[in-house]
Amino acid sequence: MSALRSRTAPIENLLGRSTLLRSLGLVIVVGVVLYVVSGQLGAYNQSQLAIGLYYFAVLAGLTMLIGSSGQVSLGHGALMAVGAYTVILLIGKEGWALLPALVAAVVVTTAVGIPMGIAASRLRGPYLAGATLAFAVGLPALANQFPVTFGGSNGLVINPPLPPSWLGATFSQEEWWAWICGLGALLVLFVVYNLSHSGLGRSLRAVRDDEIAASLCGLRVPRLQSLAFVISAACAGLAGGLFVVVLQLATPESFPLQLSLALLTGVVVGGLGSLWGAAFGAALLTLLPGWSNDLSSSLSLSQNVQGNLPFAIYGAVLIVVMLVWPSGISGGLRALAKAVSTTRRRDL
Amino acid sequence: MRSRRKRGALAVAAIATVITVAACGSSNNTNVAVPGVTATSITFGTHQPVTGPAAPGYSLIAPASQAYFDYVNAHGGVFGRKIYLTIKNDEYNPATTVTDVRQLVLQDHVFGIFEGLGTPTHEKVVGFLNSEKVPDMFIASGCPCWDAGTTQPYSFGWQPNYTIEGKVLGQYIAQHFAGQKIGVLYQDDDFGGGGLAGIKDEVPAKDLVSEQPYQSGTTSLATQVTALKASGAKVLVEFTVPIYTAIARLTSYTLGWNPQLVVSNVGIDPPTVSGLLAAVSKNKVSAAAGNALINGTITDGYLPSFSDSSNPWVTLFKGILTQYDKGAPWDGNTEYGIANAYTLVQALEAAGKNLTRQGLVNAVDNDGASWTGPGLVPFRYSTTVHGGYSGVQMAKVVDGGITAFGPVLVTQPTAGTPITAYTGTPATPTASGIPSN
Repeated sequence: MSALRSRTAPIENLLGRSTLLRSLGLVIVVGVVLYVVSGQLGAYNQSQLAIGLYYFAVLAGLTMLIGSSGQVSLGHGALMAVGAYTVILLIGKEGWALLPALVAAVVVTTAVGIPMGIAASRLRGPYLAGATLAFAVGLPALANQFPVTFGGSNGLVINPPLPPSWLGATFSQEEWWAWICGLGALLVLFVVYNLSHSGLGRSLRAVRDDEIAASLCGLRVPRLQSLAFVISAACAGLAGGLFVVVLQLATPESFPLQLSLALLTGVVVGGLGSLWGAAFGAALLTLLPGWSNDLSSSLSLSQNVQGNLPFAIYGAVLIVVMLVWPSGISGGLRALAKAVSTTRRRDL
Repeated sequence: MRSRRKRGALAVAAIATVITVAACGSSNNTNVAVPGVTATSITFGTHQPVTGPAAPGYSLIAPASQAYFDYVNAHGGVFGRKIYLTIKNDEYNPATTVTDVRQLVLQDHVFGIFEGLGTPTHEKVVGFLNSEKVPDMFIASGCPCWDAGTTQPYSFGWQPNYTIEGKVLGQYIAQHFAGQKIGVLYQDDDFGGGGLAGIKDEVPAKDLVSEQPYQSGTTSLATQVTALKASGAKVLVEFTVPIYTAIARLTSYTLGWNPQLVVSNVGIDPPTVSGLLAAVSKNKVSAAAGNALINGTITDGYLPSFSDSSNPWVTLFKGILTQYDKGAPWDGNTEYGIANAYTLVQALEAAGKNLTRQGLVNAVDNDGASWTGPGLVPFRYSTTVHGGYSGVQMAKVVDGGITAFGPVLVTQPTAGTPITAYTGTPATPTASGIPSN
């Protein structure tokens, strides 16, 4: 609680005490940074940036769910699949435009999230994780049961979204994808920032810290928990839609159980409950697989070792971060900054 | 107050660092005229299931291709250029295939993609490779979808189209198991679907009593095998990757059902499948017993059988593998990798000294159908058709090896086209082991 306060303090000083103004300021600053950065990157890194941005969208919702409300979900990869299949079916088979399809992805995933959220509010700790795990395992397999609609294990593909002509002929499609994903990520940033700084956010944290005390204060615990789940599901749905923007495909194999697990590690390692943490987690999920692959292939090891080394590196990074910085990367950097500033003050 | 501001600044700096690091690595060799080609090198990239459900057996293919390139490189390369192959692990996950191939083309600036493995995976990058005009050579999949040379001018198949294979297997079944009940187990994608189409073209509909699909990634085939057994099928046709051939065999053995197996050549490499039978059964089935379980399985081939040690191609390739891919087993997978690499070297020679992406594609379009090599049949390359080998020869699994029998057969994938015997004489390798067009 106090940590969340102090982190937002610099922006608070600049823009006063209105949460809405502060969040708008944050969105504008991040938007400008993304705009400048996306123009500087090569095509491949632009598509990587877009991937990082949809990861941010799902992680921001998940970090609110786990960090603020204290509910652990292992099913968000499946919720991304719901959003992805919605977008690809509407664009590919119904001929919808991208924007309404993305809106529909959020609506459909929210609708799926409501019964899940109600069930989630009745389950605790490992039981909730288990129930959502079943969802992550079962839902993508559903696509195989209706191969005519969902394309079976071949999945579905659409043509890449092309940039509008007013951006000029040299504007790359990868940059356009990064822009779309950037807008989606900014929307999630705006919503989640405002929610977690509102009465709802405070209520959720009260529920997380002590459910009995919270209900004694008049908070309706199950309702709050369901709501948090539904909001994070909507974020995952949007992220799934953005996944289709970047990769133009939806197959059962693209939403494996490992994706749901990776999302959970992303928020934990990034830093639970903070939007910075979601950003670090997104960067980690986007960059670490490539880095560990490059590292293992540069070591000229046998093919068997090389193929499995990335998983070992991935695991080692997770263990080290958790040992050194139990509050995740964002918590670790905060501690580091604090240490630096106290040393400085002593020097003065 | 001051410390708060510093903290904010530090956070911004951290984000900037992350973004800068993300931006690194995009600026290597962009100034060359032809991407991936220098005076002394040609670089190809590939996506392979180094890990994941399709890895057993198939993970050996690309390193075997690298072994052949190393052999060619040690003998001076092609027009003085050494051939390099960058392998990316896509774990047979199409989403990873897409990012892997984008990285190879947009960031690593490879000359082309070679031997990209898998039907559901490679299908997702064909559009990208053709819009970027990147040669997509000799895809490691027999999907009928690679035939479309007009709409996908940069993509080329290599192994026989699964429908061609299905037709030849189907004709054999119709002739030798006439009137018997036939069941089919197939992977539920364009690999299994393509094979099934070929079977249906030849086997009378009344004999096909059960068609059971499975999803790649599943861990059990109990439902499918039980249904096939209940259908009373005496012959079981499988369009499966090796791991599912093994799981299906183990399941049917446990159920006490031992039908005559007819398996696509991609799913029955005996050393791979017997090794998998041992692994899947947690060594309850030894490798020797595994070989006994698949003995007599009917399949087909389009290369000399790896176990035919009297064949000069087998001698040559096995020697190269032993020298340049130490420790790799000699089996149908490593033979595949070397034979495919051999075809790529043929294509690079035909493309000439001034190598361009379009030049390589033109060389295959114009000359590919006349290339000879280890293959038993000619390729189907032309400007409009980009399918690979035009046929197969029937074969049987015998004591852990594969024995071919009967005539070499060629046909077209279109329904109703006749299956005819191919009478050309098999080619023999040059003394150097490097093709000379």
